[in-house]
Amino acid sequence: MSEPVSTVITALISPTQERASAGLMGAGQRLSETVGAEHVVVACGPEDSESASGLAHGADRVLLVRSPALVRDRQEVWLQCLTRMGSELNPAAIVLGNDALSQEITPRLAHRLGGASIGDAQTLTAEEGHISITRSVYGGKAMAKVKLQGTPAVVWVRAPSMDPARGRATPGQIEEWDFATEPEMKIQLLETQMDAGEGDRLEDARIIVSGGRGLGGPEPFEKLKELAKVLKGQTAASRAACDLGWAPHSWQVGQTGKKVAPQLYLASGISGASQHIMGIADSKAIAAINTDPNAPIFKHCQFGLVEDFHQVIGPLQEKLAELLA
Amino acid sequence: MNILVCLKQILDPEVPARDFSLARSHLQADPTCADLVTNIFCENALETALQLRDRHGGRISILSLGPASVEDTLRKGLAMQADAAFMILNDTGHLPDSAATAKALAAAIGKLDRLDLILTGHESGDWGAGQTGGLLAEELGLPFIAFVDEIEETGPDRLILRQQNDSGWQKFSAPMPVVASITNSDHNLPRIPKIRDIILANRKPITSWSLGDLELSPDLFLPEHLLVRVTELTIPQAKGDCAFIEGATKEEKIGKLAEKIAAIARSI
Repeated sequence: MSEPVSTVITALISPTQERASAGLMGAGQRLSETVGAEHVVVACGPEDSESASGLAHGADRVLLVRSPALVRDRQEVWLQCLTRMGSELNPAAIVLGNDALSQEITPRLAHRLGGASIGDAQTLTAEEGHISITRSVYGGKAMAKVKLQGTPAVVWVRAPSMDPARGRATPGQIEEWDFATEPEMKIQLLETQMDAGEGDRLEDARIIVSGGRGLGGPEPFEKLKELAKVLKGQTAASRAACDLGWAPHSWQVGQTGKKVAPQLYLASGISGASQHIMGIADSKAIAAINTDPNAPIFKHCQFGLVEDFHQVIGPLQEKLAELLA
Repeated sequence: MNILVCLKQILDPEVPARDFSLARSHLQADPTCADLVTNIFCENALETALQLRDRHGGRISILSLGPASVEDTLRKGLAMQADAAFMILNDTGHLPDSAATAKALAAAIGKLDRLDLILTGHESGDWGAGQTGGLLAEELGLPFIAFVDEIEETGPDRLILRQQNDSGWQKFSAPMPVVASITNSDHNLPRIPKIRDIILANRKPITSWSLGDLELSPDLFLPEHLLVRVTELTIPQAKGDCAFIEGATKEEKIGKLAEKIAAIARSI
């Protein structure tokens, strides 16, 4: 008999965007290597063979879950399915993404497995037999290291900002997992409404142009949209701008909004309160346009322009359209 | 309908960074470096409950776990017109994790009349773990929906809950009792209590329980017993190495900015 191998499960339970899935796979793979555990990736299946074999390049095993009930109540089915897998595989950790479904089931899954749960992890480590994570707290004013004293550690991570998995020489094994159990459907889905917004969700966007109170009204946000189009990016706003009704709440970035991780976050008319910074700290580059050279946002910027947005936006958009044509 | 709203008292998240400091333990913020306020998502939850009661009638109880200061949070909730207030006094000096919090809340809920709807904020403005609602639902063995921003009553035993998700929203029909964690929307900005109601709230009774009253161990909140334990807390310093774009004219500066942005856009 060989030594029992411990396991890290990466649960790709939401049809998330490519970048979040890649980051999540990377987080799970690196943690499994630190722990010295087998890396098992759970995904919805059966998928087309191409994407399943893509997953196999970052995993020891890929479990493709097939369940007829999955379309009707993803929360309850995934919860029961992962609870069963957790009981059978006895993992050291279960790592999930930052999509709404993963966030929703994280505490419930941990409770059912007798483990510990936490969210919004920015780094994952293993020390002295326990998983530890770091996360931003107190509205971005402090950084905490948190030890998960229960097993398994059930953690959702800021997946889009994490590095992808390292490709393995030999792909892992792909198995199908039939989950035919019909969970008791206490909650029924009645209606789904998608936002009119186009393209990536904010969490997955590679370029974000964002506006705040300094823009002075709703009209400049229309200009931001045009600029975003030129850059093939997304638009966002500070809480102040959303509360004033200048931009929809779905654009809100920060502590009480979305946490984003683009290659470039361009902030216009945003002073840079810590609550806002908390939502953008994972950006590769932050840049700002602001009339006040002492605005706190500049402390977090790679580059910045001290000018009035209203006089910059028109020529900037023209110039960028020209450069990127 | 009997509604319970769980309210958390937190350090004011609007405290400026220059005033923010750590407690001597370096495991939490100095509780005196800012005012204590009710967590905004918890107030969104209370507002959601108040609107439900405005439309359909019912009774709203509020419950808070914490040191003696949580009385202020409960008084404010009463001023917003909650019907009854309950507190679980944590005089241990230890901060519970979400799991221990959910255990204590569930024990208190066991003392109350049958509830139809239990609400929490979806996360708190201090630690922001976002776990308590889901854990409480599991403690109580009830269904759970997160990120809810609207609730409607349909018939005597079901509710319709609207959940914000990654790309829009979904509406669910759930049997009562159900647990939901509430997020903010344009419709649940907390109401400002009237001066008269604030004065009247000071005279209303608050039922207070110790951990012992709820048959909970006094060791429940000991750091070594928690499932999730804070081991380090630091205040990160901003780098402050912004390269300000210089130029003789505005046009020149805008041109340089465009070049920098375009370079990143091309690299993607």
